[in-house]
Amino acid sequence: MSGMTTDIDLIDDNGIRIDGRKADELRPLKIEAGVLKRADGSAYVEWGKNKVLAAVYGPRECHPRHMQNPAKAIVQCKYNMLSFSVSDRKRPGPDRRSIEISKIISEALEYVVFTENYPRASIDVYIEVLQANAGTRCAGLTAASVALADAGIPMKDLVPAVAIGKADGQIVLDLNKEEDNYGNADLPIAMIPRTGEVLLMQMDGHMTMEEFDQALEYGKKACQMVYDVQKDALRRRYSVQAGNGDADDEQSQNNNSEA
Amino acid sequence: MNSEGSRQPREIVMPGDLLEGEKLKPGAGTYVSDGKIFAALLGIKSVKSNYVNIIPLSGRYIPAVGDSVIGKVEDIGPSNWLIDINSPYPAPLHVNEVPWRVEFGDTARYMNVGDVILAKVLMVDETMRVQVTMKDQGLRKLQGGQIIEVSPSKVPRVIGKSGSMIQMIKGYTNCRIFVGQNGRIWLDGEVDNIMHGIKAIQMIEQDAHSHGLTEKVKAYLEQVSGQTAPRTE
Amino acid sequence: MAEPIMSEIKKGHIHKLLSTGKRVDGRALDEYREIKIETNYIESAQGSARVRLGNTDVLVGVKMEVGKPFEDTPDRGVLTTNTELIPLASPTFEAGPPDAGAIELARVIDRGIRESEMIDLQKLCIKHGEEVWINFLDIYVLDYDGNLFDACFLGAIAALRTTMVPAKENDKGEDYPMPLRHLPIQTTVVKIENSILFDPTLDEEKVAEARLTVTTDENGDLRAMQKGLTGAFTLDEVKQVIDASLRVSKDLRNLMV
Repeated sequence: MSGMTTDIDLIDDNGIRIDGRKADELRPLKIEAGVLKRADGSAYVEWGKNKVLAAVYGPRECHPRHMQNPAKAIVQCKYNMLSFSVSDRKRPGPDRRSIEISKIISEALEYVVFTENYPRASIDVYIEVLQANAGTRCAGLTAASVALADAGIPMKDLVPAVAIGKADGQIVLDLNKEEDNYGNADLPIAMIPRTGEVLLMQMDGHMTMEEFDQALEYGKKACQMVYDVQKDALRRRYSVQAGNGDADDEQSQNNNSEA
Repeated sequence: MNSEGSRQPREIVMPGDLLEGEKLKPGAGTYVSDGKIFAALLGIKSVKSNYVNIIPLSGRYIPAVGDSVIGKVEDIGPSNWLIDINSPYPAPLHVNEVPWRVEFGDTARYMNVGDVILAKVLMVDETMRVQVTMKDQGLRKLQGGQIIEVSPSKVPRVIGKSGSMIQMIKGYTNCRIFVGQNGRIWLDGEVDNIMHGIKAIQMIEQDAHSHGLTEKVKAYLEQVSGQTAPRTE
Repeated sequence: MAEPIMSEIKKGHIHKLLSTGKRVDGRALDEYREIKIETNYIESAQGSARVRLGNTDVLVGVKMEVGKPFEDTPDRGVLTTNTELIPLASPTFEAGPPDAGAIELARVIDRGIRESEMIDLQKLCIKHGEEVWINFLDIYVLDYDGNLFDACFLGAIAALRTTMVPAKENDKGEDYPMPLRHLPIQTTVVKIENSILFDPTLDEEKVAEARLTVTTDENGDLRAMQKGLTGAFTLDEVKQVIDASLRVSKDLRNLMV
């Protein structure tokens, strides 16, 4: 929350927000999986006016060496905003905000990844915000989750994320830039729909307990919707490959062949 | 359950998908929670002898004992070479595990950085420390030809049932071909034939699980080789 | 992390093919890979372009703000070019400030644009000695498969050509298109044994001995050059490359229409 004020109504008398949405509507969301060649897994998300690219390298040798864990892999996520992703050009390089966001996203992902399968390795996740319009950390985590699946990393589940907020005293789902700047609360949340587990949550602003409950309800429903888009992206990427197969690809993994 | 010759639509599953079925037991790529079996990987659901496995559609090569791999020497020490086997874990090759008698400090005389070898995974421990060996039938330094890399998850398809696919490619291109479990493939023969072999393998990588792939690859190979049947040794 | 050493086998194969004038991907020695350019890609930038050159993928953005001119050029706008080789693009790119490679890349692209007078910097002067337009040309590599020089340059000129000066939001009048004078085109070759190849792939770069980037304008005049890597070109080869560059740049120029 930036504490800025404005004269404009964020929500009009009919409950319509400045971008035409109702209080519980998501911005348009598109996800593509497998968009980069060199990365082991990748995903591109367009969410409202956000454009976010995520890539995964791993499991791979852990650098720096001293961070190696002999029992499992570590998940290192770096969230970064491109200089031209925001109105006022941002100097390249990590700032304190990016570092904090990187940390909480790494922690969310570490919960779902079966890190015990890869001792001493590192799973590196890179989130680059190409164009920002509120909710980039949620878009980033959503993209990162798809990129991890695309990379063949074993996980408990995909992780959808969304931000709920408060504008003109009303709880609204998926804040846009103006609502984020001039609103009264911002609650980004990442939740596994099947289990209801919350892996990422932050809040700033002012909410009563009832408002928070309502925000959670919006969040639960929205996470399920985002989850469905994530799955659809992965299905579309690989369905061309899957198709109808012959039975002959069901042989044992250890066939090998010599000249 | 898939039976021989049946054309079942391939079911893609992803992490978190519930795998239902009577008497199902958790196999590779799955996990159990609350007494239920879930997919842990993005892949294709496959059931064999009541075990539900997920055939991965992507992912890096994770070494397993006994795998034949194509490795590249990336570093040399006085009593070993460090082999890059395209996995998260570097694999040392000790002087005791090569077919030559190598004196301490003499390793560079036998193999140097950049050399390519056909090796076998000798050992993998719980912390994923890996060792490879060249002391087995057919293992050796490779020379000439070309190397390509495919996703390790596609290797079974490149090889084919009982080696049928790779034999077909060899027959039409007259190339020697080694397919490493780690996704690296070596081809040697006439330059144009090597290119055809590579193209055929790339076709398989693109359409690994689709219907009619074998026919498609065969048609391509017939067209470029001018042969109507693969040559057999 | 440096690029892993190429295997002797891959190296041998590239050389073998080159001895008969062929390349691994079947291209001619002076042929470019497929190029895709999308402009106006980023709304928050005043100009932007995403370029795909084969599998190499770069994103360029132009941001403009009002600022003070340099003391020695009080009547000109300012151009500053930066390149980021972000870790997303390659397992060998590390997070951190630009290294020497990224800096050379940025400076070569900047030189090509500046020396060709592509931007009419004098038209970007608002108040002599006090206010001019500052242009930030930021280049991000998203996927690295060889020839960053040309992919980034194409992105830079495509972005600049579609940039709108944000005069209105800065209370300096109505928005107008970036004032341009010339259109530079850059080509890059590598030398492998005795062969000269345009638009090298990642593998070709790994075995390249020397690299030569040439920037020419629409009149066929030379504007900038950069020789790179630790090998050498003969004078004849240099002339050969410049001639070929003029020829090859015609097709690249047509992409900018």
